[in-house]
Amino acid sequence: MGMAEAILLTIATAATPLLLAAIGELVVERSGVLNLGVEGMMLMGAVVAFGMAYMTGNAWFGVLAGAIAGMLFSLFFGFLALTLVTNQVATGLALTLLGIGLSGMIGEAFVGQPGVKLGALDIPVLTDIPLVGRLLFGQDPMFYISLLLTAGVMWFLFRTRAGLTLRSVGDSHSSAHALGIKVIAIRYMAVMFGGFCAGLAGAQLSLVYTTQWIENMTAGRGWIALALVVFASWRPWRVLAGAYLFGAITIAQLHIQATNLGDLAGLPGPLYWLAGLVKAVPSQFLSSLPYLATIVVLVLISRNRRLTMMNTPASLGRPFVPDR
Amino acid sequence: MRIELVRRPLQSKLFSALSPFIAFALMVIAGAIIFAALGKNPVDGLYAYFIDPLTEVWSLHELAIKAAPLILIAVGLSVCFLSSNWNIGAEGQFTMGAIAGSVIPLYFPDFQNASVLPLMLIFGAVGGALYAGIPAILKARFNTNEILTSLMLVYVAQLILDWLVRGPWRDPAAMSFPQAPPFHAWAIVPELFPMSGRANWGIVFAIVAAVGIWFMMSRTLKGFEIKVIGQSPRAGRFGGFSTTRTIIFAFLVSGALAGLAGITEVAGAIGRLQPSISPGYGFAAIIVAFLGRLNPLGIIAAGFVLALSYLGGEAAQIAIGVTDKTVRAFQGMLLFFVLACDTLIHYRVRLVRPAPATAPSAPALETAHGHG
Repeated sequence: MGMAEAILLTIATAATPLLLAAIGELVVERSGVLNLGVEGMMLMGAVVAFGMAYMTGNAWFGVLAGAIAGMLFSLFFGFLALTLVTNQVATGLALTLLGIGLSGMIGEAFVGQPGVKLGALDIPVLTDIPLVGRLLFGQDPMFYISLLLTAGVMWFLFRTRAGLTLRSVGDSHSSAHALGIKVIAIRYMAVMFGGFCAGLAGAQLSLVYTTQWIENMTAGRGWIALALVVFASWRPWRVLAGAYLFGAITIAQLHIQATNLGDLAGLPGPLYWLAGLVKAVPSQFLSSLPYLATIVVLVLISRNRRLTMMNTPASLGRPFVPDR
Repeated sequence: MRIELVRRPLQSKLFSALSPFIAFALMVIAGAIIFAALGKNPVDGLYAYFIDPLTEVWSLHELAIKAAPLILIAVGLSVCFLSSNWNIGAEGQFTMGAIAGSVIPLYFPDFQNASVLPLMLIFGAVGGALYAGIPAILKARFNTNEILTSLMLVYVAQLILDWLVRGPWRDPAAMSFPQAPPFHAWAIVPELFPMSGRANWGIVFAIVAAVGIWFMMSRTLKGFEIKVIGQSPRAGRFGGFSTTRTIIFAFLVSGALAGLAGITEVAGAIGRLQPSISPGYGFAAIIVAFLGRLNPLGIIAAGFVLALSYLGGEAAQIAIGVTDKTVRAFQGMLLFFVLACDTLIHYRVRLVRPAPATAPSAPALETAHGHG
């Protein structure tokens, strides 16, 4: 396996949880709901997935349990924000804080325990094709699920009647309600789908990315996923591109941190000097790159006020109480 | 059965006053259920959590130590939240305040007199305010979502602190511990009653800040401006108030108070910089702000409630052996209940039976939905 191939594989592994969480949140926001609880739902997914896989020894049970846990957990948000029309920003924050607390409590017993790994695909012949075999046919199942989900969401939102209905709810809940569309029911389903995806993303973290449970292991990925949705101006394929961009940034800084300058002695003079310069940067600054990149990207994308207004679902974050 | 909301013509005064108490009661009930689910006696658990820490003088001191940063940060956040600025990066501003204030004792160790501590507090407040200025300027200038930028800066601040205490500011005398040298005596926040416990001037700062912000919000034009912009930016603009100015002002105030909390914590309860200086005060303060209904005086009370939950977590761990991780779960639940109860202030909640589809029931349906 070549170096480039290995790097591409790790980038995909780093990008997949971001993609999963962001594609779910994209559907939620397209229905006009802002759920800031992604980080909390991911943590619940991660801890339940780890626990289920740990107890049954089967990673697939873990994946399923994680996704369902994320979905059920999102209902706390749904009940408050949709049925009791609480402030969505505050309620989403509450979901994240509760998720951090509950997952830490549930996961206490799992700290330091060996996990179960969700193995990579291995198809005879196909996986062994040089160069592209591993990339196309030899990755972990979550990678394929994330791509299928992205394609599915793309098709659903823009090619089906139900998708059009969901978008109409997000753009003008009053008009949709006047047309007889069940606004709240559709938003509930969207929120649950978002929770399901965030749960999957969490499961990927505790079953593929690392096979252990660490308190707060999402390390802000849920928030980066939220930023990705804005960055993608609510378009699925741009979420895909954004997730891989951030995956690349994460892996690049990890590789820089892990490489020894001595290993690079063969590099030509100027390159070696550059590598030395980068290595002189403290590791904490490299670790902060994904967070700083998120800020830079958000600034760049939101600078154009008109473009942002045009793309944002018009009812995003606005509570809806049906008038009868 | 489904739930239906009917908007009240006026906010309910009764539920405005009662909702934090109902929320707290619901959290206690939920806590009892959790203790029972963990196989512990709920009564013992709740006693350890909410009563035990109040029975001894030393732990009342600890309560004040924990309440001080929560109140300081939360009153600042209330200014932000009332003006519809979602600053959720107080944890980062707290950290930067601690770092900025520590510059004085660490770089000028020979400068030792009574002016050291006031200077540190000013540095801390300025450091926190400047750090909060980043999301504020990005929002005001580029329309960037302040929720995400302020939160991202929390991680960055923690990494900067980590770098400082492991790198340039590391105490060579501390063997392999990554921590900065301890502050000298002039750089320590004095204790209030050293005879009976550790409580320091932090709690006084917190109460002064809360009263000050209360005065500003309820008795000055600035406070009125902040609330108008928060409720309707359009109306505010007609009134000649600037949205941009309000964004910057709200962030600077809350950043300064979070920064002050940070340096007070480091120069008070801890006494030096170390990699971890906060058990999530910046996030718990969000809960304090809402539990206090964004009113500075309510926030003082709410700060003590959340401080109690931190102490109770430690006490329950010792008394009945539950993990102290329950603290954050309890705090998260409390915010949920607070938000849910706030619905009662604006809406009447009704349980409605599914309407029968037959025609004769139509008048009954009319009454069921009612208009009064």
